[in-house]
This record gives sequence, structure tokens and C-alpha cells, in this order.
Amino acid sequence: MFYREAGQFKTTYPSDMAIFPIAQDRIGIGIILAMAFIFIPLFASDFIMSSVMIPFLVFSLAAIGLNILTGYTGLISLGTGAFMGVGAYACYKLMTIFPGVNIIVWIVTAGFFSAAVGILFGIPSLRIKGFYLAVATLAAQFFLQWCFVRIPWLYNYNASGAIEVGTRTLFGIPIVGPNATPEARYYVLLCIVVVLTWIASNLVHGRIGRSWMAVRDMDIAAELMGIKLLDTKLLAFAVSSFYAGVAGACMMFLWYGGGEASDAFNINQSFLILFMVIIGGLGSLIGSFFGAAFISILPTILKFGLPAIGVPLSGATAEHLIHITVGGLIIFFLIVEPHGLARLWQIGKQKLRMWPFPY
Amino acid sequence: MDASVHHKTSTLAKGDTLLAVDNVSLAFGGVKAITDVSFDIKKGEIRAIIGPNGAGKTSMLNVINGFYHPQQGRITFKGETRQKMRPYVAASQGIARTFQNVALFKGMTTLDNIMAGRSLKMNSNLFWQLWRHGPAMREEVEHRRVVEEIIDFLEIQAIRKTPVGKLPYGLQKRVELGRALAMEPELLLLDEPMAGMNLEEKEDMSRFIVDVNTQYGTTIALIEHDIGVVMDLSDRVVVLEYGRKIADGTPDHVKNDQTVIDAYLGVPH
Repeated sequence: MFYREAGQFKTTYPSDMAIFPIAQDRIGIGIILAMAFIFIPLFASDFIMSSVMIPFLVFSLAAIGLNILTGYTGLISLGTGAFMGVGAYACYKLMTIFPGVNIIVWIVTAGFFSAAVGILFGIPSLRIKGFYLAVATLAAQFFLQWCFVRIPWLYNYNASGAIEVGTRTLFGIPIVGPNATPEARYYVLLCIVVVLTWIASNLVHGRIGRSWMAVRDMDIAAELMGIKLLDTKLLAFAVSSFYAGVAGACMMFLWYGGGEASDAFNINQSFLILFMVIIGGLGSLIGSFFGAAFISILPTILKFGLPAIGVPLSGATAEHLIHITVGGLIIFFLIVEPHGLARLWQIGKQKLRMWPFPY
Repeated sequence: MDASVHHKTSTLAKGDTLLAVDNVSLAFGGVKAITDVSFDIKKGEIRAIIGPNGAGKTSMLNVINGFYHPQQGRITFKGETRQKMRPYVAASQGIARTFQNVALFKGMTTLDNIMAGRSLKMNSNLFWQLWRHGPAMREEVEHRRVVEEIIDFLEIQAIRKTPVGKLPYGLQKRVELGRALAMEPELLLLDEPMAGMNLEEKEDMSRFIVDVNTQYGTTIALIEHDIGVVMDLSDRVVVLEYGRKIADGTPDHVKNDQTVIDAYLGVPH
């Protein structure tokens, strides 16, 4: 009834090609942004900020990155965790070598280092596809993780092998380090995520996105139409790793605030992000957010939400129950809609167009 | 579609040799797919390649647009002789094709599929693509206009925003033709454009093929099993059997050729 494009006529191609051609969608996005920028920081507690919202945003960014590679270009990667690690370490090195430059510059620059490494490990993708490529990207995961442990230069020869994060400020407000409030870190992260999501959406709606999807859907036809396979695939690896790298830097500096980084970027992380992309919806940016929310927020809600409403849960039982519930829900959603939560969302919108008169 | 769409006219006049295949042989290990085949395609004609199953017709198209590399022989396109084509070179020189089994980008809409056909003609750089602004957006609109003309031409306005995976087979074939047309090809290779269609769909498709040929002067090479269609549409026919050329000439000439009749009907050896 309210969600309907009737009466919204497009008279120019640009307005027809807009990313949100329906006015209700534009209003919806406005509301979501207002919530994220105003209401959540106003009303959410520090706990929700730092253990729900910040992890959610970091994972969303990583999931968008992997979705560009796996969902849009059809190349499976199990090296996301390692590419995130490259971002984190690159940011750490840059920050310690050039302490005068603002940390946000380094967080974004770290993405380029990750992109370069991604291109390097993406080269085999011209020859191998599918599961075999997944195995080839495992090489990246193990090799890079080995580097994170064995090359002390990366963590500045700390005896503990951990990344130490000092305080860094933006306009005099600490945004990184022990003195940074969750609100400040959240705002920085939110700005990065919004801008990078916007850029990702521009890319996938244009010529580059079309050539990615063309390679995914039918590489032979794409090649015979003059799309260069290697260039297209490597660009996908580069962009994807850029996002992963920025997500890794954000994870280390805006979420963890330092620590034993080699553990944070292990193979589990790669799998977790792959699951987010699959459950959220391959080839969908909004799906990346859904998937990240599902996998990163749900356990937290179960862990702290259930005791809050009076369901007694403690320690090990809680952990087990959470694993069971999340696992069950993953299976449930995959049976209901194998194309992910994004497809459910789409179907819901389609139904809403007809509601309440479905005929 | 107005003339501006097909601005890339080559210097060749109608009737000049556009493509010549000389003594091409192609083998996969011990299997000889094509043996010493030569023929030419003249600018502006509709050239049919026919033959029984496994005669090497599709392999021939694959050789022409560079997907297979022949062991022997030469390919001359627009006066340039090559030992083998490369897919990218073929595409940028103006060879487009459709496939026997529809090879559309299934997850993309009709519009995006045809837009993808314009990839080679789009060149705004990554910087502008990031912001979807300035040159990137101008280019997008300019090519959208061309694509809309193709959509009008093929009468597929209603399915513009439908993912092609959901379309019925006949329409998919039509979208695939549209995608090839978006490349503004000089030589259009059609691999069984009417396979699996009913009579009405065949008539539609034949009309589009003739229109493409007469309106835009596009040279067409087509593989087809429906002999009636082949005889009606084509100017000249080349017949392959077991990878060899057994006949070449006008439809009437080929129809009455004894080797061709034997190849199709089978003769006791």
C-alpha cells in the first residue's frame, strides 16, 4: 500500500538508472542513516556500541569485500582473514613509521597494500575456478598468517607479538587507543562504512560491475565480447582485498584496540565472512549487511539478551546453546531461501507492493 | 536505430571479401574437428554453414572468433591475415556471436546483458566509475540510449528489467541477439539461432536476421539445421561433413549437389 512505484514516472535515463529509483527506498535509506548517525549513538549504551554495532560494521565491510569477489565475480576466496590481516599490519606499520599523519588516512591506505597482495594471490584465478580456486586462496591464508607470526618487523619486535595501539586523535578527540570512547570509534567506522558502501554500489551498478557479473555468469561469452578475463578478475581481487584490508585495519584499531593480531586473522575469520556472504545473499550489497548482522550480532543477543529477559544461562551452557541455535537458524534460512536473506528481503518488498490486495 | 549507432563502417564495399578462411585444420589430440577448410564471407551477405551433427560447424565459428586456435591455416579479416584470432581482437575488430546453448548472463537483467555488449565501447576510467558521476554517468546514458534502440528493434521492451534467467527460451535467444547487436558488429556469427523454436518464433527470428542484414548492412554467418530457413535466408551456403567442406555455393546449387544429398540422407558404403 505504501511501498509502490505507481505514479513515479521516469522521464530521463539517469533517473531510471538511479540506485534507488523508488522514492520510498530513498526515504528508507534516509531513515536508516538517521538512525545510525543520530539515534543509536544517543540511546545505545557503551556495551551495545562496542560489542554489537562496531563488530557489525567491521564485518559488514569485510562481507562487502568478499561479496564483490564471490558474489559478483563468482570467485570463491578463503583468504579474507589474511587480507584483513594485511590491512591491519600495514596500518600499524604506517602508523608507527609516520606517527604525524592522521590514523584515518592510514586505515584507508592500508587497503591499498591489501589490494596489492590480493592481486598477487588472485593471479591463479585465470586458470582455476570454483573449489580449486578456494584451495589456492588457502595458500594466501596460511602464508600470510605465517608472515604475521614469523616476521617480527611487522609487529615492531614486540616481545608479545601483539599490536600496540597508542592514542590517536581527530580534531582533538581521541578516536583510536585506550582513551577513545565507543561513540567516537563508532562514528569514524560508520563514516568509513557508509562511504565505502556507496562506492561499492557505484561500482557494481556501472560498467565494471557488469563485467564482473558477466565473468561470473558466463566467462566464455564475456571473453568473446571483449571483456578481458584476467583484468576483470584481478580488479575484483583488488577491490575485494581493499575492502578486506580496510575492514582489518578498522577491526584492529577501532574495535579490538590492539592485541595478538595473528589470531584475529586466522582461517576461522575467513570462513565466518564467507558464511556471512552466503547467508546474506551472494551478489547483494544489502545482503552483506544482513549476513554480518546475522552472524555477528545474533550470538551477542543470545548471550546477553536471554539472561536479561529472565532465561537463566551461564557459562558453557550458554556457549553451547548459542552454537546450536545459530547453527539451526543457518540451516533454517538456507532451506527457506537458498539465495540468502537478501532474496527474502526482495520477496518481502515484492509482496509489499501488492499488499493488502494481492490480486 | 539511426545511422549514428552503426558509425563504424569499414572501408570495404558490399561484395568485397570480409573474412577469408584458408586451409584451416583444427584437431583436439587425435580428433580432427576441421580438415583443410577454406571459404570466404563477403561483406553484406548472409552466409550459412550447414552440415550434419559433428561436422565441425561450431568449431569453425570458434576458430573465427578466436576461441579455438587452428593448427594450420590462416584467417583474413578486413584485409588483415592472422594465423589465429584472439577473442579480444576478434571482438574489438567487430566480430560478435551468439551461442548454440544460450550463453546469457543469467543473473543480470535484459538491460544489463545488452549493456554488457557495449563494454568495449565504454572507456570511462576507474576514478569516475567509483563515483558514478561525470564521464562515467554520461557514458552510461549515451550507451543506454543505443541499447534502448536495440530493445525497440527486437521488441523486448516489456522484459527490460527482468533477469534473463527467468525468461522463456525464445526470448532468451532474442536477448542474446540483442547483446551481440550491441557490439555493432561487422560480422555477426549466429550459432543455431532458431534451435528449439516453434514456427512463429522462427519466423520472428528470421525477420530480425533479415532486418539486421538489410538495415544495418551487417554481414551474417549462420549455422542452422532448419534447411527451409537456410534456403530462404542465405545468399550462399557452405556445407561441412566430418570436418571437410563438401559443397559451397548458392542455396539452389547446394540443394541439388549429390554429395550434400548423400551426406544428409546417408548412402550405403
